[in-house]
This record gives sequence, structure tokens and C-alpha cells, in this order.
Amino acid sequence: MRAQTATWWIILKISFEERLIYRGDFALGTLMRFLPIVTQIFLWGAVFSAIEVAGGGEKRIADYTYYNMIAYYLLTTISRAFSSMPGLASGIARDIRDGTVKKYLIQPIDMLGFLLLNRVAHKLVYYLVAIVPFGLVFYLCRGFFPGWPAPEVMAAYIASLAMAFLLGFLLEATIGMIGFWFLEVNSLFFVYMLFNFFFSGHMFPIDLLPGVWGDLVKLMPLQYLAYFPAAVFLGKVSGPEVAHGLWVQFAWIVFFLVASRIALRRGVRHYSGFGG
Amino acid sequence: MSTRPSYFRVLLTFLRNSLVRDMTFRANFIINTISTTSWVFMNLGFYILIFTYTPMIGAGTGWGKYQFFLFLSTTLIINSLIRGLFINNAVEFSEMIRTGTLDFALVKPIDTQFLVSLGRIEWSAIGPFTCGLALMVYSLFRVQYVPGPLMILLYVFYVLCGTAIYYSLMIAMAATSVWLGRNRTLLDFWFYITNFARYPMEIYTGTWGVPIQRAFTFVVPVLVAVNVPARLLVRPLDLRNPADVFLPLFAILATIGSLVMSRWVFKLSLLSYRSASS
Repeated sequence: MRAQTATWWIILKISFEERLIYRGDFALGTLMRFLPIVTQIFLWGAVFSAIEVAGGGEKRIADYTYYNMIAYYLLTTISRAFSSMPGLASGIARDIRDGTVKKYLIQPIDMLGFLLLNRVAHKLVYYLVAIVPFGLVFYLCRGFFPGWPAPEVMAAYIASLAMAFLLGFLLEATIGMIGFWFLEVNSLFFVYMLFNFFFSGHMFPIDLLPGVWGDLVKLMPLQYLAYFPAAVFLGKVSGPEVAHGLWVQFAWIVFFLVASRIALRRGVRHYSGFGG
Repeated sequence: MSTRPSYFRVLLTFLRNSLVRDMTFRANFIINTISTTSWVFMNLGFYILIFTYTPMIGAGTGWGKYQFFLFLSTTLIINSLIRGLFINNAVEFSEMIRTGTLDFALVKPIDTQFLVSLGRIEWSAIGPFTCGLALMVYSLFRVQYVPGPLMILLYVFYVLCGTAIYYSLMIAMAATSVWLGRNRTLLDFWFYITNFARYPMEIYTGTWGVPIQRAFTFVVPVLVAVNVPARLLVRPLDLRNPADVFLPLFAILATIGSLVMSRWVFKLSLLSYRSASS
């Protein structure tokens, strides 16, 4: 057990140092990621300006004021900083295709555990570097927020972010395992990215979707990657709905943990490696 | 016999070769076309959703639902031209500089910028291009204004100007790989900059909006790339209105300026290029 922990610790340390090399790229990339928010601020400003409200009340779209809407977009950048796993699924599929996956099969190391530690290291370095641009942007945009939420809401928010990370990892890892059965999976990943972008709430709050569409999207696990944490912070989800949402998010994590394990086990049985 | 290559014939060869390659991997081509087209439909869905809550993008701007769809169709057409003709080549150009394979392009008896800009054409961009055209025709039937033949000719001209402005920015950014070694982030930067041009310029108002509008009109002229042609489809050109005269004239100047500037950056980058091989 002790030896196992030491091994995992060393893997985490090496991955951490490896990722630190690209800290400049991380910082620049993070700042740039806020540029589309600037257009969103003006787009929604223009949308809200054209709405007419009888009696001069506050303008709202699906219960979002203009300030709520911008705060929502800013909060989804935090959700995405936890849940997005760039290159994970395509990396797994590539390793399977070019045979690199063999290194996990012949060494006494668990592939999913190794990849998870790699991602933890990646995220730790990312937060370490990105905290400055994030802090700057959120400070400049502080006027869009109603203030800090209550401590119990904050705790639920942090829990939903941590679970968003795990769910994002397991979901992408499971999709990456499809590479064991299909040689070319890039187009499939593109479709997943497309669905992820629209139905996770990254592009707009999913409460905007009317009727059955909104209900359907809320049945998917994708909402827990961007929408749910932001909605918890803003109080769009409150009371018993928060606890219920957190349990459903946890259930999806368990589901994809089991799915990825089964896919890995069956995939390895199906896999054929040739040459040295 | 002239040793000068026929650029038109070379371009036709690029088009044919790329099509042959795409048809060799037909399933991949079909899936690519479907995925890029789905992206268009998802985006369209987002704007349809927005217009269920508002009658217009910006109070009093005139960008109602179908006027905005004409704007969107222009964005789609310009973006698919860029995607089909240049994006892959710009990414490849950065890689050529990094790996040293640009040597092979330099020794060919043809203009290097032409060769690296158009060598590989992505035919799957025809999907979003067709969607853009279809959306334009549909929206034109819905708006009150019918543009005449001159307006349509001007529209085509300004779409080409917009494409040239986007291309110039992209190739200049790709050329900076010579000094930076690797510039994936800079190409991302191109996407983020052109993101400002996805909406009508009237949305940029107020203390922060006006400087942004001016910067992306006069310094990096991406805002004129889509706004000028799209306006031609939405309402008649009023020559008594200074904005209707100034902006189209400025767009021509901006196109020439962008092309000259990008050519200068490109040539400068070639002068600084040192092959990566031994």
C-alpha cells in the first residue's frame, strides 16, 4: 500500500513539473479564453436593450437579468476550467491506434489512475498559473455579481466543481476507449464536443431552452460540466434541488467510473498489438 | 517558352488534387461535412432561441431576426471560404517552419505565399457554405427589401474583401512562427479576434464598446469584413448617409492595407527563416 502511494506521488510530481514547463502558454491561453466573454457582454447588452417590459419592470430572460447572464458566462469559465479535458479522449484513442497503450499493459500501473493523476497535475498547474488572469477578469467584472453566496451554497458550489472535474475526466476517458473498437474516432469526438458545448450550458444557460427541450437537456450528464455549478452559485438552483443535483452528479460519476472500467477491460481483451 | 507558372492552372490542380484526396477517404469526407454542418445548425438554433426572447439585436439598430440571419449567412460564407481555402494551410505553414519542411516550398519555381496558402483545399467546407447560401435566400424572402443586381455584385465583391482581410490576419499570424517557434496559441488568437466580427458592429456601444468598435474597424479591420457586405443585403445604400459611403470605401482601403501588410510580414518571416534540418 505504502509503495503504491509512493508510486502515485512520484507520478503526480513528475507530471506537475512537466506541465510547469508550459506555464507561459497556459497564462496567455487563459487570458485569451476570456475574449469571447467580451463579445457576450455586448451581445447580451444589445439583446436586453431591445426587450420591452410593461410597467418599466426589470428586464429578464428566463429569470436572468442582464447582470445574472454575464455572471453566468463568467462562472461557466470556472466550471469549464474544472471539467474540460482537452486532448484526453483523442489522446487515449491515439495511444490505442499507434500502440503506445502497450506501456500501460506491460507495466504494473493502472491506465485510468495514471491518466487521472496526469490530469490532476495538469489542472493544479493550470490553476496556479491561471489564478492571476482569472482574478483580474473577475475583479474587473465584480459589478455583475450580486455578492458572495452563503457559506452552505459556497460549499455546494465547491463540491459541484470537484465532481465536475471527475465527471469530465471519466466521461472523456470512456469515450476515448471507443478507440479500442474503431480506428478513426475524431469525427465522433467532434460530435461529442459539439453536444458538450451546447448542452453543458457553456453557450447559454440551459434554462433558456423551452419546454421539452429544456427537460431533455436536463436529463443529460453534460449539464453538470458547466451549467449546474454556475446555477448553484447564482442561486438559480436552491434548497433541496441543490442536494438532489449533487446526488445525481455523483451518480453519473459512479456510472462513468463503472463504464470506463468495463470499456477498458473489454477493450484490452479486444486489442491486438504487433511489433516491438 | 515562358518559365512563369500559370497560377490559375496551379490553383485548379490544387482544387482537383484535394478533391481526389477527399474522395479517397469518402466516409471521412462525408462525416466531416456533416459535423461542420451540424455546428452551423447548432449556432442557428442558438440565435433562433435568442429571437424568441427579443425582437432585435440592439434597440433601434434594425437588426431584426431575418436581417440578423442575413448577417449570419454572410459570416458563414466568409468563414467557410477561409476554412476551405486557408485554415489548414496556415496551420501547416506553422508546422513547416517548425519542422524545416518549408525548404521544399522555397525551392519550387512559384510564389511561396501562393503555394503555402492554397496547397491543400478542404472541400468539406462546402457544407457550411451551402447552409450560408440557403439561409441567405430564405432570409431574403422574409425581409421587405430586395437587393438589385448592382447590390448583389457589390455584395460578392465585399465578401471577397472580407475573406482577404481574414486571410491576411491569419497568414501574418502563422508567419510569426519563424520568430516564436510554435504558435498554436496565436492561431487560437485569430479565432478569438474574428469572434468580435460575429455580431453587427452596432452592439459595441458605451464607454468600452466604442473603443472596441474603433480598434476592430481601424486598427485590425475585422469588423468591416462582415458588416459591410451584410448591410448591402439588409437595406438600400443611402449615398446621402456618410456612414453608407465611408464604410464601404474604407473596407476597400482596409483590404488593400491588410494584404500589403500580410505580404510584408510573410516576406520578412522568410528572410528570418532558418531551416530546422542539418
